[in-house]
Amino acid sequence: MTAAQVVRSEWTKIRSVASTVWTLSLAVVVTIALGMLIAALSRSEFDSMSSRDRLAFDPTFISFAGMSLGQLAMIVFGVLVVSNEYSTGMIRASLAAVPQRGTFLFSKLAVATALALVVSLATSFAAFFLGQAMLGEHRASIGDDGVLRAVIGGGLYMTLIALFSMGVAAMLRSPMLSLGILMPFFFLISNILGNVDATKKIGRFLPDQAGSKIMQVVPPLDDDTPYGPWGGLGIMALWVVAALIGGHVLLKRRDAQ
Amino acid sequence: MIELEGLTKRYGEKVAVNNLTFAVRPGIVTGFLGPNGAGKSTTMRMILGLDRPTAGDVRIDGTHYDRLKDPLTSIGALLEAKGVHPGRSAYHHLLCLAQSNGIPARRVHEVLDTVGLSAVARKKAKGFSLGMGQRLGIAAALLGDPRILMFDEPVNGLDPEGIHWIRTLMKSLAAQGRTVFVSSHLMSEMALTADHLVVIGQGRLLADTSMAEFIQRNSRSYVRVRSPERERLLDVLHGAGITAVENGNGTLEVDGSKAEHIGELAARHQLVLHELSPQQASLEEAFMRLTAESVEYHAHSDTPASAERWGDGWKEGRA
Repeated sequence: MTAAQVVRSEWTKIRSVASTVWTLSLAVVVTIALGMLIAALSRSEFDSMSSRDRLAFDPTFISFAGMSLGQLAMIVFGVLVVSNEYSTGMIRASLAAVPQRGTFLFSKLAVATALALVVSLATSFAAFFLGQAMLGEHRASIGDDGVLRAVIGGGLYMTLIALFSMGVAAMLRSPMLSLGILMPFFFLISNILGNVDATKKIGRFLPDQAGSKIMQVVPPLDDDTPYGPWGGLGIMALWVVAALIGGHVLLKRRDAQ
Repeated sequence: MIELEGLTKRYGEKVAVNNLTFAVRPGIVTGFLGPNGAGKSTTMRMILGLDRPTAGDVRIDGTHYDRLKDPLTSIGALLEAKGVHPGRSAYHHLLCLAQSNGIPARRVHEVLDTVGLSAVARKKAKGFSLGMGQRLGIAAALLGDPRILMFDEPVNGLDPEGIHWIRTLMKSLAAQGRTVFVSSHLMSEMALTADHLVVIGQGRLLADTSMAEFIQRNSRSYVRVRSPERERLLDVLHGAGITAVENGNGTLEVDGSKAEHIGELAARHQLVLHELSPQQASLEEAFMRLTAESVEYHAHSDTPASAERWGDGWKEGRA
């Protein structure tokens, strides 16, 4: 058994179920469409902004506004890729075929992550260019300082969200439980923690808040975030690594069911 | 060859599989018999390395499962649960398993043909009947053309034609010199397919014997006799040195004599007989007797010591 065989097998698995297509297409459409909408709204509001707000106006970041919703589809993609094995009972056939559980898990993650990366990068570039088109005269250019980093970073951010979800699903096994924890976490809890002054300092070390720093080009006023764009992505990567280690350890230890 | 040595699985306090030691040999069909919940599926999952044994060891042709290179080419298994993604086609289900073990895609078409699913190969598994799901599972087991095959309750959900097909398939696989290990909770099913029998109850080994020996040992034959002159009949039989047992509803059961002999004896003494019939206790009854005792032990006793005594007693009875 070689890892290449297992990667091929996992590629067959991922391309032969409908959930792959609909979760990824939803992530693309929602991220781009919502980004365009918010960019269009920002353009019409620009003239009524205070000069302070105009200083912090970040056209690049605005075009990624759809990611807050689009990432939820990415989470569903990541969760389903892993937890489908358990909810269908396929895990027994899979592990009987590939008893090296580490090889099994990391081949699966490699295939799903590579696919997520391609889709996320394409989404990120599309969201940027279409968003900028909506912003009209306030638009940023891809050649501006830090913009290319932010656009590539947006793709990496979405990929890491998917990978984090895969790690969590590998730990929890049940799709409902995984989604029931991840969805409210990223959609509600992280936002609440980040907007209440008392918890703000903790909130910004959560994976999504730290990771999304990479998409900022113009920092907000009075920004005292203790890390930069890459530092933030690094913090997010640490969360991902922790989830993957947890998933791997539990997969190795547990009976396959 | 599958070898189990002291294989044990505990879930907390509950012992699902208790110190199983036996070997499954090539060239024959070995039946793995026990009531539902006896630990058959757990044992099979441990053989495949899916569940970790609490104690003991299993080897596949002398090797641990996770050391097998491309395990599907050494041992193929049909497990009880359906275990197929409902949105994936039969073809892709088999293809992803084949690819992980370096089995060519051509082989996927071959096994689909063998189990008769070629026509629905591209259909999603969610539309499959229980019987079709079972056939797909069998196709997956055959995929790597393995020397060892293991089937967990293969006839479940199959129609009579399907049952006949799987019996023939198992026998032909064994005839090719492969090791075939098949579980069932039905003795009658085993009697038709298995050459060797491993019986478990409450996770313990109750019997490890050839089918012929099991039948010989467990199928009691006797003659049932009924007469309006029961007392005289008893005297006549006694006089001829034949012991009869009254079974309560006015009939007598005679062991170790032929019906012809008893009939001639009755005629000689001008005895009226209302019934004279040779009887054969079924294997199903023998199996029920064997496993009922393990269930009884479970209900009445919580000391492992008596379990020891019980198991040993049976083995001594066999020896």
